[in-house]
Amino acid sequence: MRNALRFRHGVHPPDSKTLTESLRTKRMPFPDEVVLPLSQHAGNPAKLLVQVGDHIERGDMIAAADGFISAPIHASASGVVEEIGLWPHPNGGYQDAVRIRVDPYSAQVPRARLLPEWEGLSPKELVDVVRDAGVVGLGGAAFPTYVKLMPREDTDIEVLVVNGCECEPYLTTDHRTMADFPERVHLGIRIMMKCLGVPRALIGIEKNKPDAIEAIRKTCPDDLDVEVLPLTVKYPQGAEKMLIKALLDREVPSGGLPLDVGVVVQNVASIATIAEAFETGLPLIERIVTVTGEGVAKPANLIVPVGTKLIDLINACGGLTKKAREVVLGGPMMGTAVSNLDAPVLKGTTGVVVLTARQIRAQRQYPCIRCGHCLDACPVFLNPQKLGNLAMAGRHQEMQDEHHLRDCMLCGCCSYVCPSNIPLSQLFGASRAALKRTAAPA
Amino acid sequence: MSRPPLVVTASPHLAGPDSTPRIMWNVVGSLVPVVAIATYYFGPSALLVVTAATLGAVIPEHFFGKRGSLGDGSAAITGILLGLTLPAGIPLWMAFLGGAFSIAFGKIVFGGLGQNPFNPALLGRAFLQAAFPVALTTWPAREGASWWSLAGDNFALPLMRAAPDAATGATPLGLLKFEGTKTDVGELYLGSIPGSTGETAAIVILLCGAYLAWRRYLNWRVPVGIFATVAVFSGLLYVTDVSDADPLFMLGSGGLVIGAVYMATDMVTSPVTHKGAWIFAIGIGFLVVVIRVWGGLAEGVQYAILLMNALVPFINRATQPKVFGTRREGTAA
Repeated sequence: MRNALRFRHGVHPPDSKTLTESLRTKRMPFPDEVVLPLSQHAGNPAKLLVQVGDHIERGDMIAAADGFISAPIHASASGVVEEIGLWPHPNGGYQDAVRIRVDPYSAQVPRARLLPEWEGLSPKELVDVVRDAGVVGLGGAAFPTYVKLMPREDTDIEVLVVNGCECEPYLTTDHRTMADFPERVHLGIRIMMKCLGVPRALIGIEKNKPDAIEAIRKTCPDDLDVEVLPLTVKYPQGAEKMLIKALLDREVPSGGLPLDVGVVVQNVASIATIAEAFETGLPLIERIVTVTGEGVAKPANLIVPVGTKLIDLINACGGLTKKAREVVLGGPMMGTAVSNLDAPVLKGTTGVVVLTARQIRAQRQYPCIRCGHCLDACPVFLNPQKLGNLAMAGRHQEMQDEHHLRDCMLCGCCSYVCPSNIPLSQLFGASRAALKRTAAPA
Repeated sequence: MSRPPLVVTASPHLAGPDSTPRIMWNVVGSLVPVVAIATYYFGPSALLVVTAATLGAVIPEHFFGKRGSLGDGSAAITGILLGLTLPAGIPLWMAFLGGAFSIAFGKIVFGGLGQNPFNPALLGRAFLQAAFPVALTTWPAREGASWWSLAGDNFALPLMRAAPDAATGATPLGLLKFEGTKTDVGELYLGSIPGSTGETAAIVILLCGAYLAWRRYLNWRVPVGIFATVAVFSGLLYVTDVSDADPLFMLGSGGLVIGAVYMATDMVTSPVTHKGAWIFAIGIGFLVVVIRVWGGLAEGVQYAILLMNALVPFINRATQPKVFGTRREGTAA
């Protein structure tokens, strides 16, 4: 089992990480204004707590969690609330957001606060700190982290899997988190292990980050069963199911969760954020963002206040080059392209990748020639060829009932390999959306 | 500052290196040596026949196919492959007609590239065989003739009787089947035998196929499965004295090599799953031997492949991949 740390299928896009992988994280200067959408996480949007004209300090809560799957939002800079209303959201639409004019003379020092002494706290109290700090998964999906820390009583968790794969091309956020802040990662792991009561943790890191592997190995604690396992470089190694398969040779059942095989998976950057909440007492108000791609003048790994507008972030990296054609939030495989650079960085924004015209997929589509390459690429062993035909015929229900549409992770491997350039994963996403609409008529 | 114009597309934003035209033109490229060797053995007639069949395929594709579909290269492949399955001495108008039939009735009527159930080149050949059985089984004999001489009456006018003066021979399979003589195996593999333009020179075809398999433009399981099945099955028949053809003869003769490497591996008309590819290949190998040994025809590759083409949808359905995290049908959590 231990000899083959891999999953089957998947693809090998060029990783393009050399642009930023060896650049230490730097702090970005505060922008003139920050925009904080109320919906930055999976679940309900947060409930607004402030009014226009309010003066707020960095770290103040401006919106509270609404319900179980939700997260509070905190001000990422001191200033005055200038506007509350619709603002371009990275998902392409407009969403309610709080726009704060940053006080140019503020030292940006947060209010004095008591540091929670984590060693003295019970698991329940630890979870409360994580929840109140607004920590969500930083790998992109932005699922509220505290929910993962309090699994149902009847589940038996054996292993905490720490996801340091960062299999998306270009991104080096997790890489730099591990290389620059290894102690913080280990503190986060310690806290998570205490919350979950798990005896063992495995850290999976792709082999293309030798410095991160070394930094994390060197700082491994002696008193805990924590092990670093280098993994083959292959996309989507960082998908939960693939990672568990590679590390433990267990298959998460179709439609199931990692919990079903006794595992909780958490991304390294989120784990570091948990530690930060105890180290500095600050909630999640800033994160590491990789700004990269051939379309950016000076690629960098920056510590960025959440809510920084993309245009400010890109300008902090020397601006767009003449070749820039598409700005993608997240990695190029699963990230979303944005049309409006006034949209802000969210808690879940791993990177800003600016692609050039030469790199963007051609839009010309050819008929499917049934080459079967998509079947060889699909990491969950679906038949994208069949699914694609059904999707184009509008037979969404059949896709779900007979061809496991629900198991699709929308990882994009099928679209990536398709020689006919058929937008398979886009079709599958659209089919799922169509099914959702028919299932719950508005 | 004016910002450069930005575009918004769906993820994934990167694309792999392969494209359908690239695959198709690579196949065309890999056929160049095969055509060259055919021309070397059969003289200018081989090149003329391949050219006529290709023109026959490309012209209707251009006029009746989907807009711009000529550029994807698939019609050219069909034409070249058809040309390679014809005798070098066939009148050119027949080759042209065969190419036109391949594309028009083998592909365009089904909706163009990707929609056809049968290999278009083989369908075209089957049509020619039904329409002009004599021309399709008249194999030029090359002994003593100069390289420049035509292999037959290539320039016969449509529907006119072909000049009868060309020297003819019989293919190794025909010789074995109808006259009981066996051709030297060495000659089979190096190509100096009567036969269709491209069914000779097995080694060159295998090398070209190996290139395509290495580029992943061809599923190696199909030719390997066909060769293995033919070898094992014909070997069994040979040892039990049912048939006089030993496996090496079976493998090297007729259109088996070009059929297994270029026809059966046509992506559109072969299964998409690996398991399906094995079943498909074994079926073809089995049928080839059955037709050759017990059938009325000397050669069976063409019908073996066409028959298995018809089964591809069923094979695909029966060999769906096992979805990650499911144990057996119906036990998905």
